[in-house]
Amino acid sequence: MINSLFLINPSGEMFLEKHWKSVVSRSVCDYFLEAKEKALEPEDVPPVIHTPHHYLISIYRDKLFFLSVIQTEVPPLFVIEFLHRVAEMIQDYFGECSETVVKDHMVMVYELLEEMLDNGFPLATESNVLKEMIRPPTILRSVVNTLTGTSNVGDTLLTGQLSTIPWRRAGVRYTNNEAYFDVVEEIDAILDQSGTTVFAEIQGVVEACVKLSGMPDLTLSFMNPRLLDDVSFHPCVRYKLWESERVLSFIPPDGNFTLMTYHVNAQNLVAIPVYVKQSISFFECGSDGRLDVTVGPKQTMGKTVEGVMVTVHLPKTILSINLTATQGSYTYDNGTKLLVWDIGKLNPQKLPNLRGSLSLQAGAPKPEENPSLNIDLKIQQLAISGLKVNRLDMFGEKYKPFKGVKYITKAGKFQVLTITASINKYT
Amino acid sequence: MTDSKYFTTTKKGEIFELKAELNSDKKEKKKEAVKKVIASMTVGKDVSALFPDVVNCMQTDNLELKKLVYLYLMNYAKSQPDMAIMAVNTFVKDCEDANPLIRALAVRTMGCIRVDKITEYLCEPLRKCLKDEDPYVRKTAAVCVAKLHDINAQLVEDQGFLDTLKDLISDSNPMVVANAVAALSEIAESHPNSNLLDLNPQSINKLLTALNECTEWGQIFILDCLANYTPRDDRESQSICERVTPRLSHANSAVVLSAVKVLMKFMEMLPKDLDYYSTLLKKLAPPLVTLLSAEPELQYVALRNINLIVQKRPEILKHEMKVFFVKYNDPIYVKLEKLDIMIRLASQANIAQVLAELKEYATEVDVDFVRKAVRAIGRCAIKVEQSAERCVSTLLDLIQTKVNYVVQEAIVVIKDIFRKYPNKYESVIATLCENLDSLDEPEARAAMIWIVGEYAERIDNADELLESFLEGFHDESTQVQLQLLTAIVKLFLKKPTETQELVQQVLSLATQDSDNPDLRDRGYIYWRLLSTDPVAAKEVVLAEKPLISEETDLIEPTLLEELICHIGTLASVYHKPPSAFVEGSRGVMHKRLPARTGSGESTESPDVGTAAGGSAPEAAPSIIPSQGDLLGDLLNLDMAPPTTSGPPPPTTGMQMGGMDLLGGGLDSLMGDESEPLGGDIGGSPAMGAGFGAAPAVMPASLNAPVGGGLGDLFDLGGVGMPMGAYIPPKIVWLPAMKAKGLEISGTFARRAGVIQMELILTNKAMSVMTDFAIQFNRNSFGLAPAGPLQVLTPLGPNQTIEVSLPLSTVGPVMKMDPLNNLQVAVKNNIDVFYFSCQYPISMLFVEDGKMERQVFLATWKDIPNDNESQFQIKDCHLNSDAASSKLQGSNIFTIAKRTVEGQDMLYMSIKLSNGIWVLAELRVQAGNPNYTISLKCRAPEVSQCVFQCYEAVLKN
Repeated sequence: MINSLFLINPSGEMFLEKHWKSVVSRSVCDYFLEAKEKALEPEDVPPVIHTPHHYLISIYRDKLFFLSVIQTEVPPLFVIEFLHRVAEMIQDYFGECSETVVKDHMVMVYELLEEMLDNGFPLATESNVLKEMIRPPTILRSVVNTLTGTSNVGDTLLTGQLSTIPWRRAGVRYTNNEAYFDVVEEIDAILDQSGTTVFAEIQGVVEACVKLSGMPDLTLSFMNPRLLDDVSFHPCVRYKLWESERVLSFIPPDGNFTLMTYHVNAQNLVAIPVYVKQSISFFECGSDGRLDVTVGPKQTMGKTVEGVMVTVHLPKTILSINLTATQGSYTYDNGTKLLVWDIGKLNPQKLPNLRGSLSLQAGAPKPEENPSLNIDLKIQQLAISGLKVNRLDMFGEKYKPFKGVKYITKAGKFQVLTITASINKYT
Repeated sequence: MTDSKYFTTTKKGEIFELKAELNSDKKEKKKEAVKKVIASMTVGKDVSALFPDVVNCMQTDNLELKKLVYLYLMNYAKSQPDMAIMAVNTFVKDCEDANPLIRALAVRTMGCIRVDKITEYLCEPLRKCLKDEDPYVRKTAAVCVAKLHDINAQLVEDQGFLDTLKDLISDSNPMVVANAVAALSEIAESHPNSNLLDLNPQSINKLLTALNECTEWGQIFILDCLANYTPRDDRESQSICERVTPRLSHANSAVVLSAVKVLMKFMEMLPKDLDYYSTLLKKLAPPLVTLLSAEPELQYVALRNINLIVQKRPEILKHEMKVFFVKYNDPIYVKLEKLDIMIRLASQANIAQVLAELKEYATEVDVDFVRKAVRAIGRCAIKVEQSAERCVSTLLDLIQTKVNYVVQEAIVVIKDIFRKYPNKYESVIATLCENLDSLDEPEARAAMIWIVGEYAERIDNADELLESFLEGFHDESTQVQLQLLTAIVKLFLKKPTETQELVQQVLSLATQDSDNPDLRDRGYIYWRLLSTDPVAAKEVVLAEKPLISEETDLIEPTLLEELICHIGTLASVYHKPPSAFVEGSRGVMHKRLPARTGSGESTESPDVGTAAGGSAPEAAPSIIPSQGDLLGDLLNLDMAPPTTSGPPPPTTGMQMGGMDLLGGGLDSLMGDESEPLGGDIGGSPAMGAGFGAAPAVMPASLNAPVGGGLGDLFDLGGVGMPMGAYIPPKIVWLPAMKAKGLEISGTFARRAGVIQMELILTNKAMSVMTDFAIQFNRNSFGLAPAGPLQVLTPLGPNQTIEVSLPLSTVGPVMKMDPLNNLQVAVKNNIDVFYFSCQYPISMLFVEDGKMERQVFLATWKDIPNDNESQFQIKDCHLNSDAASSKLQGSNIFTIAKRTVEGQDMLYMSIKLSNGIWVLAELRVQAGNPNYTISLKCRAPEVSQCVFQCYEAVLKN
């Protein structure tokens, strides 16, 4: 099972280590640091590294490496999932996951890690359970603790630890009982030069924030559940009922959790909300080129597209650019050759356009690579797949909860391929 | 208030200050102090000096303080074992606490303190906790057994904890079951042969029930454990599958993949015509696709596993090509894996899309990725015939980019395309030749040279092109040199008139100026071929090449089956069996997919069988993997050929053996036209008729090796042979895992004056093996096969055959280390495999090894004393006469015996097959089981081996 965990910052410094079995020397990380040196980007470090005596399995998240050391045959996915859980736990407890935060709460992180694994076996990884055992820091509590001498550590055995619903603690009380669901969909798409969809799919997730007293039993049903053929659920969802009746029936964990994720990859169901007209070209002779990008709405179901942003990695040989945007503003970093055009809201009457000239380094040949445009966007109150929640019912408790559903669509990995053309003379 | 404040004190008196605070009366101050200590500990500062003070804080009812002290203890107990004893009492007391949380915490912490003295005290509390009324305590105790086992395995067994743990599998609480399974699995890993997880239908049922109710991590343990079970029949298999399927929708990807493993394994047992079977297949695709939208690290592991699944059951993902398209911001390790799977899934239906993608990738920035993309285009061409034309034109476009590594990579794959579709795309050769100068990688150069050689008749200036390569012949890598040699010989055979000089030049470069044996051997073979019979040479060198197979990097079926059983593990990420790399894999058992056993008669119908056979990848026998194609045109020249025509029994085999490499090999290649090669062929300048100009420049050195090798023929006299020569037991030389399913075990024997290599060949792969051949590397005593390997019938799956191969001692000689080391190459229709073994030198002791007494005396005196070595043979209970007759059986001859003061001195002589004499004096004292032996020999390096034989013979 998992032997040790090291937290490493991007400069290669190990700032936290935790061992669940015998202590493994820090020097084992050298193999990892070597691999990190070789990789161009921190994202490119291979997640599984084989050393003579250990395996190093790592993830890169929030600009930190979480590196675990294992010695025996352990499912790597198990380890990777666990590492993500650690990152989520830190995020959950302290509001963000960063080196500073971990250093500020070193002892608590250490206590938490001890609760999460025993001898390398996961012990308590549910945020609800952990929070019962070690209470998250709040300003109020630390003041109270100092005054009264009480501690952050719970001293009773959690009822939830062993019941058949480990994700929910007993005796939850709220004055305002509320249940909110966010349906968030991300479009991953690749469009080719002419705007044809090469590939498109929707990654959807239903995030829940449930603050209900007692032991509520919820049933969530959709208008069009047939859309969902590929789903994965939080353990609380009764799978049998989904199979037979296509409803989500569950006793929810307390607080925020991910109820389900799904994905829709049937091409005809994936609407592409924007189109991009672009041309990047270079003069056959001379060292100049032109860039012209226009973004317009396509299938938006009558909603406004907001937060539109276009990111391009320009060819390495570009020396400088001179562009004008009809809407929004652009930034360009000459070091990384990264061009970011922040458009904002899309106005169908007046399409935003970015155009101007590119100049190449003197004598450099026409660039070979075809930069691709990454598009970011957001549409409020719309799930682009058309998924709609029908109703939410509650059983088992008597009060009437506040209920709400929010929809949002975002761009995930949304890219438009380009082709650099050559032009003979200025037109 | 944050913890960073704990790090601010860096003054010298820090430890003292902490000490004072730890001993403070105020609880709050104590706790703060312990926190400071822990904080220092977490960043790697040594605070072990505070051990007694921290342990003193352990007696408290404040749970947080207790936990903090425990954290400290776990870290430092090992370095201060004596002090750690101080804590034992508190632990024992805590294990009796009324609060289950405290009981569990105590037993959990105790298990983490890896100090022997503490573990002794742990046993009693642990026993109680394993039977605790509270499941939380039981589940913690279960893990503690695994911890204890890690520290002291014997103790755990003696105390009967393993049985208690097994009982916990039937516990009423699913969490306890899951932890018991996890603990047992971990323990079982260090005891591969124990029946710790002895699964039966009842326990399986318990596990399946627990599966629904335990945590996600527990589900992983249970699923991995289920995967080790072999259901009794297809019904049981189906019912397990049905109960596992809902796990495919779990949010935890590790649960999903473990479930996939169970299903992939148990599906094997289901009849293919069952409706459920196809339903299951359909259900597997979506979860696998979903894994690809997870974090990149998860994607990577998933992709490595999908790679296996696609090879085993391509139908699952055949419609999901698009999800494997590479995204711009995928990490490079994900991109490379996706590319691999794209090619595996490429088919006529989707090839257009795939090609468009690949072309896009070939213009990206990352060099490794671009190379792989170019290679992928070539593989598509080979795999999908309809697309070949388009692939070739895409490759040509890429060559036009003139990007150096793209061009080289493209040329390498175009060579493969030529092999697959001969005489179809030669029009592009002109374009290729334009890029000759930019090739700087050996593989690309070799590929280009191959193309020029192969199509020499269509390239006007082929001779010039090849000549340009020849200038720097010695600086080229072996790959290029070999290729250049072959290409020029091809050129010569096609255009003999203009290229004589060139061919002579390359032959002399290869044979005279090179110290690479492969190159030299190939050079000589060509030279001799050309000089003997150019017609035959033409037939050999320009023979029609076998087609290359479509899929070049498929995993061998036995390995693939094993890996499928290991889906989701490290083995599946590395595509190697766990035994190959897991640290201290104490003989990990190979896992196999279960064979299908039907519960009813109907499922055994023959059409089911054929359906199953049809889905398995079939390997046509005439196809060899393209990796070998650089050597393909050499055919099997470097191996003794398979004996399909049944050569004469090796009565004269002793003499023939030495020239097996040349004689036997070429014989059957050249067919009836050629005369058997005589021993003098290398010596005489009998050059072929059409090779007029050559004789004059034939170097003299050519004669030497051949003449020497053949002239030196040996007679292994027919001296009568006493029976009872020592034959070591057969051992496995080549395990099946290393040889794509072929297992070879064997031994050496000397029977009636003939050395024999006795082999057992076992086919553990799924396909039939044919065309066996064997060859030895040069070795210390010139051992060589005296005849071909006689495996006349094809070796079917799971068949075993015993073969005995007569050996001669007239092969080429090279000193090995150890002296009796023998490197062997065995070939079959699948591949060539190499292994090395050690033979008992006693098989080289010849029958006429009895020396005259006088000669013995004189020789003994003659050999300098420096050459004498003395050994002890321990625990031998034979008397001198029995020893003497036993040794005689192995051709160790006693010449004289002397008895001095109750000590028998036996004088013996041995003659090795290469004429080396070894003289020995064996001293046997009655009643003393230890013999002393002195060996004298002019070549003292054999003494060690001879001594080993003495020991082996006397003790058996």
